[in-house]
Amino acid sequence: MARPSSPNWALSLYRKILQRLLRRIAGSSETAGKSWSEFVIESSIRVLGFSTIGFVLLIFFFLLREGLPVLWEVSPGNLFGTRWYPTFDSFGTLPLILGSAYVTVAAILIALPLGVATAVFVREASPNWAREILKPLIEVLAGIPSVVLGFFGMHVLAPMVRNTLNAPTGLTAFTGAVLLAYMSLPTIISVAEDALDSVPKNYRDAALAMGATKWQTIWRVVVPAARSGIAMAVMLGMGRAIGETMAVMMVTGNAARMPLSLGSLFMPVRTMTATVAAEMGEVASGSVHYHALFGIGIILFILTFIINIVAASAIFKKRRKGGLR
Amino acid sequence: MTDIGIGQSGPSRPAFGLPLLAVCFALVMSAIALPGCSNEKPGAAQEPGGTGRTIENKGSDTLVNLALAWAEVYMRAHPDVSISVTGGGSGTGIAAMINGTVAIANASREMKPEEMAAAKANGIDPVEIIVARDAIAVVVNPSNPVQHLSLKQISAIYTGKIKNWVELGGEDRPIVLLSRESNSGTYVYFLENVIRMGDRKSELLFSPDTLLMPSSEGISSEIRQNPNAIGYDGLGYVTGDLKVISVSKSEHDPYIVPSAGTVKDGSYPIARPLYMYTAGKPAGQIKDYIEWILNGGQTLVAKLGFVPL
Repeated sequence: MARPSSPNWALSLYRKILQRLLRRIAGSSETAGKSWSEFVIESSIRVLGFSTIGFVLLIFFFLLREGLPVLWEVSPGNLFGTRWYPTFDSFGTLPLILGSAYVTVAAILIALPLGVATAVFVREASPNWAREILKPLIEVLAGIPSVVLGFFGMHVLAPMVRNTLNAPTGLTAFTGAVLLAYMSLPTIISVAEDALDSVPKNYRDAALAMGATKWQTIWRVVVPAARSGIAMAVMLGMGRAIGETMAVMMVTGNAARMPLSLGSLFMPVRTMTATVAAEMGEVASGSVHYHALFGIGIILFILTFIINIVAASAIFKKRRKGGLR
Repeated sequence: MTDIGIGQSGPSRPAFGLPLLAVCFALVMSAIALPGCSNEKPGAAQEPGGTGRTIENKGSDTLVNLALAWAEVYMRAHPDVSISVTGGGSGTGIAAMINGTVAIANASREMKPEEMAAAKANGIDPVEIIVARDAIAVVVNPSNPVQHLSLKQISAIYTGKIKNWVELGGEDRPIVLLSRESNSGTYVYFLENVIRMGDRKSELLFSPDTLLMPSSEGISSEIRQNPNAIGYDGLGYVTGDLKVISVSKSEHDPYIVPSAGTVKDGSYPIARPLYMYTAGKPAGQIKDYIEWILNGGQTLVAKLGFVPL
């Protein structure tokens, strides 16, 4: 998994594996057996491929079936109210939606400059040996389980935040945002790096030939040329951040209050994911609370779906123009 | 169920992981197909009816350590029986008992009428057994000078009426409220008997600023390092590095430190029974196990910081 980010790369790997599989299975009997075994393998892989789409659809229908009843069980005023207190029939989802949005946006604001700067360094400025070390390390970063990060956040980051900011508690939206930024960095770095990678060499050559310094070339030519790829990196990082559950649940304090001012960044919040994770174990299946939690699931699904569509459309638009830029 | 949320977390998957997924699927499928049926046996043996009998026991996080200790000691004496204990919260355990997935549910609160109705609708008649007693300790950071509080004061703190330690004779610091999540039986007990002070008509609720921690460890680790925080938890979970507050029923009553003695004589105001619920009248191995808990098992109760019957 050197570069799991590029769709072209994934496709070519898929083809390579397919070809190798076919060669091995078809083996020596190339003339008569090949077309038959090819057909079997191709169609079975096709079925498996489509089945993943089928699973997504099934999950979506399941979500709708379990979550939609909340729309007529709970009045809209209650559903979009400001108080989430499900044990006593207050199902205001607004603090949860805002909480998720607040933490996610803050995380991206932290991760974007760091991620793009790292990608620029890895792709444009670092010597070869440093790149060889950095790239696998960034991949390792993506593999750290979120519970581990959450534990680190709870015991190290939260006390640090409380002491340096002199806040009442360290379990704040900001703490969650820092952890989420860290978790979305690998995605942002590798996608942004691919975007930089696909900027044609003659752009750089032209800039250098005009007498631009290396810094000017990077900052005024390469990065702007890759901006839509970088935007896609941000969208994907955002999708990573909004769906994250465990680490967020451990460090944001989970108080369902409305984060309305800028100061709320340093106050506890409750995200949608943490709410579903914390409360799903308790509810009696089929109750209003149960449907409300699935309702939150639908909102999350739709949000990540929109983020995905935006990111994917950026890919397709650019691919038509040639290259992921 | 949370997996649904987590599954969404990688939007990268639908975007370009699909072909890879398909390959993975193919590999998994072939892995299953080749060794064939021989692989399926261990899964099936988990169901009752194997060589040893399995008792599934799930529920209250307050009770989980005690239930584990009981299970371990009992299994040592009865090697043919295996007992699996998991936590998750009283509501989780009761829901599992209603759904028929566990034989014994541990609970730190009584079953709610809705849960009773759901169980009856499912053809299950839960039997309640009190297995131990527990005090709920109110804890603060050791550097906090506040020594004692009345129930009324605690209620005012948790509803957000008192926001600074100065009002309670402490330092000028904001109060940070910590609580367990709402699936905890301790949460329900605390709401009904401390915040609402046992008044059934009361509609007082936890302040929306209350931090809901997913675990006991979350509460104690935050209190350990935050001098602003106040929290509550079962006495068995209070570690030596937290300061336990003495509590009184009202301003005129004496302030009582929670301990086995003060719970037993009824003077400590925030104490409650701990329950096990069985699906139907316990019979056979389960009956034997419960009887042992109520007699021989009680010696373990005090060891783990709870109060024996």
